[in-house]
Amino acid sequence: MSNSFQVVVCASVVPDPLQTLEPVTGPNGPALKNEMMLPAILDPWAAHALYEGANLVKQVAGSALWLVSMAPKAKLQQVMMTVAQKVPLQLVALDGPSSGFADAHQTATALAVAIRNIPGLDLPRLLLFGGWESASRSAGVTLQMVGDELGIVDQFQGVDAITPQDDGSFEVLERIEGARHQVSLCAGPPAVLGWATGSLGEPRNNPQVGMANMRTIMPALQRAVAATISSDGLQYANVTTPKQQRQTRIVKDVPADEIASELVQWIKQE
Amino acid sequence: MENILFLAHTEADGTLSKAALETLGAAVELKQALNAALVAALYGEKIQPAAHSISACGAQRFLAVCGEDFAQARHATDAAACEALVRASGATIVFVAASSRNSRVVGAVAHRVHGCVDTHVTDVAAASGAPAVTRWFYRQRIEGSLTRTQRPWILLLDPGSCSPWQDAPGLSTPELIDAPLPDSLRRTTVRGTVTPPVDQQTIRPDADLLFVAGAGWTKKQKDGQTHVPEAETIILDFLRNSKASLGGSKSLVDLSGENQSTLRFMSHLNQVGQTGATPRHPKGLSTCCHGEEPHTVGWRFIGERRAINLDPSCGWARGKADVLYIADAFDVISKVNALLSAR
Repeated sequence: MSNSFQVVVCASVVPDPLQTLEPVTGPNGPALKNEMMLPAILDPWAAHALYEGANLVKQVAGSALWLVSMAPKAKLQQVMMTVAQKVPLQLVALDGPSSGFADAHQTATALAVAIRNIPGLDLPRLLLFGGWESASRSAGVTLQMVGDELGIVDQFQGVDAITPQDDGSFEVLERIEGARHQVSLCAGPPAVLGWATGSLGEPRNNPQVGMANMRTIMPALQRAVAATISSDGLQYANVTTPKQQRQTRIVKDVPADEIASELVQWIKQE
Repeated sequence: MENILFLAHTEADGTLSKAALETLGAAVELKQALNAALVAALYGEKIQPAAHSISACGAQRFLAVCGEDFAQARHATDAAACEALVRASGATIVFVAASSRNSRVVGAVAHRVHGCVDTHVTDVAAASGAPAVTRWFYRQRIEGSLTRTQRPWILLLDPGSCSPWQDAPGLSTPELIDAPLPDSLRRTTVRGTVTPPVDQQTIRPDADLLFVAGAGWTKKQKDGQTHVPEAETIILDFLRNSKASLGGSKSLVDLSGENQSTLRFMSHLNQVGQTGATPRHPKGLSTCCHGEEPHTVGWRFIGERRAINLDPSCGWARGKADVLYIADAFDVISKVNALLSAR
């Protein structure tokens, strides 16, 4: 179908946000202590991109969805056990670092190569999705670089909605300053959309979708191409966890009037 | 010798934003520390007011890409303008403010000029004669400083990280740089912006106080009933009286997506934390929110922190707030409203 989309979602894995993160210096620069042992999740903003992508593919007949993910293979396998139950997808796996200290440039190059190599992918119909930032490096540039490497000049970041039009174009809402959205109309794919939260909730686990996905995910993981990311002139002087602990004064068994009065005084203080 | 470029887009009226002036301040500081050269480059529909306003910044050259095509914050044309300016300047270090417009293009620009880029930069220092930048990793949970040998190196500075540059305006006529725009760069049309209604405009980046509402506002209260309309009134009254900016926890903003009863003015744009914003305010007051790590990472740049919660063992009690009031937020904030409106 001429107005169909080929949606490729780039998403890595990040440590579960409830975990304590402690930086250590390894042979290849900074890393997280016990990084391989930390439970991981799909990068949250990229996960929103995945759900929005799946929803778009469901709406527009003839569309298809791929998930391209670079992470240590074992970690990716662990995360896919959950992600596979959310939406129908085809996985393209890259066995490489998912660390927040890995450089965005080389990561982008590896992802672009993997996307170009997707069999049957029609680049002029491509909508490249991902999170507008990761929860690891938060660079917000990887997706832009992948798009630029693929020659895509229409890019949107902080996206909260995409609305396909009858003529093949689509309207995009992007977050901008002052809690506003910028509204743009793009003539059609190819385009890059770095998603914020969108408007969809996390889909419930669907074991049937999970079983169907796992038939292709396990072979994809076995085929995962190793991606080497070097430091390439990037040197860390120090990496630390800042002091977060405050001396909390706990006020209890005090009437609401007194608390209110103290708060008003505090709010009014310069 | 480093060649520093200050690169900024102008606002609709041709002036520079506060964030851009902060970035210029950082660029000028580094220029002085490294005894480097400075070039100022502007892009937008109108650039002359901005050029005059920074004529005394010490730049050796002023460059600009301007015209109607650059009025819109559109990736294709903005990236072309920035690429042309970076190339024309011969810069080795590029300072850019982290506005949504710049953030949309810096990655692609770095890729085109075979350079590198670091975003969310909060400090730039001249360590041993070379620039070193400080930025956060893992959503403000780890801080690191780094250097790079690759050039050009584009630095996107977070707003609020530096003092704005200021001096008297003068006269400056920038050298106009050509940024070719084939039709393929005009496939996207910016139609405008959508702004929440005035009574729902609850995000105020310049406010002294951040007021965060958690999911507790929508839960059953002492009488076994929910009081969502009352919660809405109390919170809106508080925002009106205190001029605070409103933030929300993920659990609260997610309720609207699950079609549960929730605060009508609360959207994902208000969300603070791991998948939300990391706003900068001198003070923050959290209410009915547990203060777990995924939320409190968004409080990194909040100065004084206070919280109201019924649970004495909530996250705020574990060193995340300066003061924790174990109390009913409905009661306390209603009384705060009465006191504030009486003044």
